[in-house]
Amino acid sequence: MSLLSVRDLSVAIGAAEPVDGVSFEIGAGETFALLGESGCGKSLTALALMRLLPEAARIAAGSVQFAGQELCALTEAQMRSVRGGKIGMIFQEPGASLNPVMTIGAQIAEALKFHTGKAQGEKIVELLAAVGIPDPARRATEYPFQMSGGMKQRAMTAMALAGEPELLIADEPTTALDVTIQAQVLDLLDGLRRERRMAMLLISHDLGVVAQMADRIGVMYAGQLVEVAPRAAFYAAPGHPYTRRLFAALPDAASADKAAYPMRGIAYPLRGTPSRQRRLLTIPGSVPPLGTQHAGCRFVERCGEALPVCRSTPPPWREYTAGQQVRCHLETAHTLPAESADFAARAKVGAGETALLEASDLKVHFPIRRGVLQRVVGHVRAVDGVTIALRAGRTVALVGESGCGKTTVGKAILGLQPPTGGTVKLQGKLLQGLAPAAMQMVFQDPFGSLNPRLRVGEIIAEGLRALAVAGDPALRVAELLEQVGLSGDMVGRYPHEFSGGQRQRIAIARALAVRPLLLICDEPTSALDVSVQAQILNLLTDLQAQLGLAYLFITHNITVVDYLAQEVAVMYLGRIVEYGTVDEVLRNSRHPYTQALLAAAPQIEAGRDGNREYVRVAGDPPSPANPPAGCHFHPRCPWAESRCRAAYPAPAMLSATHVVRCFLAGS
Amino acid sequence: MLQIKFVLLWSDLLFFVLIAAVVVGGVWAGRVEHLRLAWRQVGQSRVGMATATVLIAFVLVALLDSLHYRERLPGDQENYAVEVRSALDATLTGLRTRAEKTYSAPLATHLFAKESLDTDLGRSFPRLKHGGAHLGDDLAAHDSDIAAKAVKGLGLGLLGTLVFGLVSLPLRRAAPHLAWNAQLLTVLVLCLLAGAVAVLAGDYHVLGTDKVGQDVLYLTLKSVRTAILIGTLTTLIMLPAAVFLGLLAGYAGGWIDDVIQYLYTTLNSIPGVLLIAASVLMMQVVIDTHPEWFATTAERADARFLALCAILGITSWTGLCRLLRGEVLKLRELEYVQAARALGVSSARILWRHVLPNVMHIVMIAIVMDFSGLVLAEAVLSYVGIGVDPNTISFGTMINTARMELARDPMVWWSLVAAFAFMFVLVLAANLFADVMRDAFDPRVVKL
Repeated sequence: MSLLSVRDLSVAIGAAEPVDGVSFEIGAGETFALLGESGCGKSLTALALMRLLPEAARIAAGSVQFAGQELCALTEAQMRSVRGGKIGMIFQEPGASLNPVMTIGAQIAEALKFHTGKAQGEKIVELLAAVGIPDPARRATEYPFQMSGGMKQRAMTAMALAGEPELLIADEPTTALDVTIQAQVLDLLDGLRRERRMAMLLISHDLGVVAQMADRIGVMYAGQLVEVAPRAAFYAAPGHPYTRRLFAALPDAASADKAAYPMRGIAYPLRGTPSRQRRLLTIPGSVPPLGTQHAGCRFVERCGEALPVCRSTPPPWREYTAGQQVRCHLETAHTLPAESADFAARAKVGAGETALLEASDLKVHFPIRRGVLQRVVGHVRAVDGVTIALRAGRTVALVGESGCGKTTVGKAILGLQPPTGGTVKLQGKLLQGLAPAAMQMVFQDPFGSLNPRLRVGEIIAEGLRALAVAGDPALRVAELLEQVGLSGDMVGRYPHEFSGGQRQRIAIARALAVRPLLLICDEPTSALDVSVQAQILNLLTDLQAQLGLAYLFITHNITVVDYLAQEVAVMYLGRIVEYGTVDEVLRNSRHPYTQALLAAAPQIEAGRDGNREYVRVAGDPPSPANPPAGCHFHPRCPWAESRCRAAYPAPAMLSATHVVRCFLAGS
Repeated sequence: MLQIKFVLLWSDLLFFVLIAAVVVGGVWAGRVEHLRLAWRQVGQSRVGMATATVLIAFVLVALLDSLHYRERLPGDQENYAVEVRSALDATLTGLRTRAEKTYSAPLATHLFAKESLDTDLGRSFPRLKHGGAHLGDDLAAHDSDIAAKAVKGLGLGLLGTLVFGLVSLPLRRAAPHLAWNAQLLTVLVLCLLAGAVAVLAGDYHVLGTDKVGQDVLYLTLKSVRTAILIGTLTTLIMLPAAVFLGLLAGYAGGWIDDVIQYLYTTLNSIPGVLLIAASVLMMQVVIDTHPEWFATTAERADARFLALCAILGITSWTGLCRLLRGEVLKLRELEYVQAARALGVSSARILWRHVLPNVMHIVMIAIVMDFSGLVLAEAVLSYVGIGVDPNTISFGTMINTARMELARDPMVWWSLVAAFAFMFVLVLAANLFADVMRDAFDPRVVKL
């Protein structure tokens, strides 16, 4: 008998039903993953299980059976003992889920007291130790602000474990964390699940995370489950057209090859042919907005294989392969349209011979001021001697975890953040102050990057007006909108009328308005869903082919790097630790940090071959205000030697293009 | 030959400019989508429409009271009376001129205090000169007369509402989604009250008379202008400073930010009443030593009134400035501002196009919130004696003159109650309206 059984659960907000007839079961000790894009109702489903829905929403229909008990029929008082007791929950934002004015120990004690009636210090320490927090006795007396993001998520998990839950609901538990920390937390959750025979409901949008964690997977689309399958079957042959498109939209050539161990036997470089020569498959349009009336299948507007019946009748559940249920009218899996349009043009654009942009020894140090007189007592070395060269028509990716200074590099090159040292040359000319219009930036947050009070036309024309570009701005704006795949008659609309992907297109059009030679793209796709990310990546590639743009692509997503970039620079704590062509860095990486990054990124392959082994790097990234002596990476490096603690390694040229700053790279 | 000469006091001018600015701003807001949406939300709220109606009624009274003139004196030469009157005074001539000897209770026929009368041997309550004079000796008909007049007034009020409803029908048709019913209901209540009071006021002192026999209803209506002008002109004076310095401090940063911060922290740390008292007394000295500056007493009172507005403005800009500085610090780091900088847009233009429109909701909300605070501040300051000129009729001066009489037995309560009721309605309407505005304009309020 299953532990949790959800039957036809529906959640209503007004007349709209963001969760509509969801049914699934979770057995004891099993991990069930709810997978889907944002706005599909995953989190609302989880909150409905806990009866923690926001005020406007209510459970409209359905039943939730947990260990033989009907949760929907319990009183609020009874429900409180279930929450945090039999069912624990951890949330996406660890910083926001902990009370900042209580110590970690006190918060765990609160949970313990409520659910077990007693709160001994040793039990708290035991819980903290169980979630892998070093020195738990001391940590229990600390406040949340003294902990890193990964530590906070561990503490959250300890709180969720206080009631010894039989089911743990994890809502995007690692989305806010860096990739190396994500690997640690995922590992912890999986270990705890196995150890305590806990069931787990994992909510995620990340196919890679799900591949590592889940036993069974449910795919949600527009409030409904459209596919439920065991992991192996799911990753071997996804059934629903939506799911198959999700997979195809990933720049997925980047997956670990565990056969090759170039250094000390542990690193996993990427394998497979790079998918760089094909366009990514995109899912046209976006998830239908809440409150849309659906007559037939909810995916029909975006489905390439839709039949007439799909528009009129909701599809029934069908057995696709053994144990794999798909809600679709199609009898057999159609092959997805072959990628006809490859980037033929892309190869033709020759890279310029001379460097378009040269940034050498770039430094950005922020002073730390203390005391009444605000004396400078130290510096945060956000960027500490970064050298990058970029040629026309080429893409350099800048990779690293949050806080490593990669965004600051972009801003320093543009002059938005005045550098404290080093030079930036554009086409051989030394730049001072704000960069000329030849360099533009595309930002991460599609909602923060457009002024909500201006019309799209005004937003795009801003640069034209600021530089007094000749010609009719209205014509140029329409042309730019067409160029980024929007319609020219959208000029009169406001940003809030557009989806995230469309906003990002508008932001790109704004940057293109002044005919730049170089675009600095700061995580332009990390706030977008997978299907929309593919649209933007295709657009960027097309634009590069048409206009010969150079890109400095700042990201933490290795798969995107492999798809888009020709050269890669890996940053750690303000310095570039490895620099080379994409093949050199991603397939023959020689710096332990690069190897750790590559290994920590969740791989979809893990879902196919069932092999969940991967290398972790221990610990948290140190603060750039107080970097470790010697090589910055040595406290987390498994191969650190005494010389690593003594001095920062000099650059070692492994080939004409491949530079590594590691003592061990040559050996 | 014109029998009057128009007088434009400085406060009148500023008030008209303000009204014009509001009208122009309203037309402009109608063309900007996000503002139109926000105002529509205000209009859809029943509380919003009702309070707006009450506020407009108050503003109309103030507007009427801001059309000043001097009457021509009889004679061949072109001489004008020294008293400056307003259109409101002209409308309320009856109320203004029918003064009694001293206190009388609302709707009374006799004075409040006993006096020795020639015709009588002992002391008794003398009849009022005007209040209920039409009754003659038929005092038994007093109650029924009041009831009949009230009913007549209510009927007139109903009629007025009907006329208003018919006249506003096209508006209703043009914007059918607004909460017109709430508005009509408010108009009904206002009309019924106004009708009853107007009819009764022809023969009685509806709210009684004060120490020197002035009609309290007249005084209260005259106070409305002072209250509204204090609330709005002060904002007008402090707004440019608050917005300009707030934006500058937040956007420029560095030593400019430091200077502005020190300025408002210093200003904030001086006790407000003390600063205002000192400034008002200084102004008073300046005004007193330059009598040649002012042609009439009204102009002198107006100068003192404006000085008070300025001083209140100077002491009250700090809150909004601090709020704006914080918001701009946040906006400055937003990506669309960064993108504009990367495009080479000038700082002034970034402030004007990207920053200002995105802090306007704070400004709007602050204006409406501050309004009620300033109306109350005037009352308190005038009560303490450092507010408006004693000749200026205001809620504060009314309360000030009425306070001693609270100790009398039996108590003279009507001056205080009248001032309190009007001020309460005005401030409550302003506060409720501010709430509705904040809900509509604050992007952080989640709308479901």
